[in-house]
Amino acid sequence: MTSTFSMSDDAVREIDTVIQRYPDKQAAMLPVLWIVQGEKGWLSPEAMVWVGDRLGCSAAAVQAVVRFYTMFDEAPVGRWKLQVCRTLSCELMGARAVIDRIRDKLGIEPGETTPDGEFTLQEVECLASCGTGPMLQCNLKFYEHLTPDRIDALLDELRGRTPDPHDVRPVIFERPDPGTYLAMFPRSGRVEAESL
Amino acid sequence: MAAPKILMQRALDRPGESHVLEAYEAGGGYRAIRKALGMSPDALIDELKKSGLRGRGGAGFPTGTKWSFIPRDSEKPRYLLCNSDESEPGTFKDRWLLENDPHAVLEGMMIAAVAIGSHLMFNYFRGEFSYPLERWRAAVEEAYRKGYLGKGIFGSDYDLETVTHYGAGAYIAGEETGMLESLEGKKALPRNKPPFPAVEGLFRSPTVINNTETLATVPWIIEHGADAYVQYGTEKSRGTKLWSCSGPIARPGVYELEMGHDLMEFLEGDLGGLMEGIGLKGVIPGGSSVPVLTLEECRGAKLDYEGLRERGSLVGSGGFMVIGDNVSAVDCLLNLAHFYAHESCGQCTPCREGCGWIEQLLHRILAGNGTQTDVETILRLSDNMVGKTICALADAMAWPAVAFIKKYPQEFAALCPEPVDMQSLAAAIGKADHILPRAS
Repeated sequence: MTSTFSMSDDAVREIDTVIQRYPDKQAAMLPVLWIVQGEKGWLSPEAMVWVGDRLGCSAAAVQAVVRFYTMFDEAPVGRWKLQVCRTLSCELMGARAVIDRIRDKLGIEPGETTPDGEFTLQEVECLASCGTGPMLQCNLKFYEHLTPDRIDALLDELRGRTPDPHDVRPVIFERPDPGTYLAMFPRSGRVEAESL
Repeated sequence: MAAPKILMQRALDRPGESHVLEAYEAGGGYRAIRKALGMSPDALIDELKKSGLRGRGGAGFPTGTKWSFIPRDSEKPRYLLCNSDESEPGTFKDRWLLENDPHAVLEGMMIAAVAIGSHLMFNYFRGEFSYPLERWRAAVEEAYRKGYLGKGIFGSDYDLETVTHYGAGAYIAGEETGMLESLEGKKALPRNKPPFPAVEGLFRSPTVINNTETLATVPWIIEHGADAYVQYGTEKSRGTKLWSCSGPIARPGVYELEMGHDLMEFLEGDLGGLMEGIGLKGVIPGGSSVPVLTLEECRGAKLDYEGLRERGSLVGSGGFMVIGDNVSAVDCLLNLAHFYAHESCGQCTPCREGCGWIEQLLHRILAGNGTQTDVETILRLSDNMVGKTICALADAMAWPAVAFIKKYPQEFAALCPEPVDMQSLAAAIGKADHILPRAS
């Protein structure tokens, strides 16, 4: 079976350099998958066959890896991939309100992409920004100390520009005041000890 | 004498520029590696052993002892691997170090490599760490340009190369043998031990895996000596440690404390207490895997290995998560159960099934359809998970599960429509209690 899948010359050169860094070819699996996903946007079955050929392993071995790690996509995603942290520290600071606002604004559920291909929404696990939660990762960039209002502004801003893969410097907003924070907890009132 | 900020001083002195080589060297950086190159591997390992430094990634294993396990007579290459896959919920101190003081991590790696006779080292970043990775790569480039890496480092005859690796989203890749599999280009499935990584690790060669913070501490110990380091902290918990603090507190962030610091003093002092209008429900002191402490247990607790163990919890990774009284304990536990169920690699039945069942039972309880039997089933499942799997992820689910039920039983009972017999629930808690950490 012949495949029409190909990568740019630059990417192939980069992949060859990366492979040489490791004592074993297959060790370059994750970096090579990153390079391919970086160029194609996602990892198709053809891409996995191609990577397997490069690394001397089966396409099945490649697919097993792709499915194991959450940052690899087996289907096309939106221009902006919004991965909102849902783990405890962020939830304690209002992550649910942030996720709900994105859901409402975009009309999609976590795991879905908007019909115009602009946004994908995902809930993800702890991203090591616990002191500045709630937060999200937008493509490779972190946005921290989010509030529902800041989500509105962020989504508007993203719509108007093109992703820059080299821009990874986090945007850390000012910490919301306690009032804003408490307002993010509409569903769980204070748990009164005596009512239990 | 108050302990110096061994890990944070440089960033405090030159905020925003401490990551640059010039700033690092102006603060005394790269003196320790020069000294180390003139010392024998045995002397380096002895110094680390004497310092009492324990691994800061979670397990707290003595660093010098770990280095000493590397066989001296092996024909195989030896590898040094820095674990920068910081993924334990509540923990962000390695990210802070990599962004603000990457050269300290790099110098610590160099010293460790020299001590174990490694000429190729790896730093494994979690895939989401794009910004720390950018800072790290710049630091490595600066070091190569100066001849601090490559052939004959610092004018010596010691060759040392480094490879920067990054993952793609998997908590379990932070487990040390899971990381070996991941770095070899496979699913991050933890390995059965033995063989231990020191004998058969990366590419089946002797490997030392150390946490980022552990390695960043090494240069100070070598430069100032173990005798200076043991002046700080307590007998079993030497030196200082970073604490990543989160939750509804006035001043969240990364703090460096001398081991043995009083927990409540820290919470009310440095952290500024809780936000206005919120009371304290509890503190998870060492990352989501360790048992939660109630307000009463927090009073008088000391932040060090034996102090937290005495209270039934652990230092872990130092992820200090403060829980306010505006959220329910059941909600907190469900959040964590979802995490562990999602991150379980699935190799071991007790973990794969246990984490998933606990999550489902909690969903049922929170939906108002739970029973006393459901709560007790969580306890029984937890008892069946600890110590019965390849790695500690199962323990990391079971500990919080039993701890949350033990410490906030009324919150679980209140959600069950049928009345709960608190006495028989207490008996079930008593049966599972033996799995929790305790003073040795």
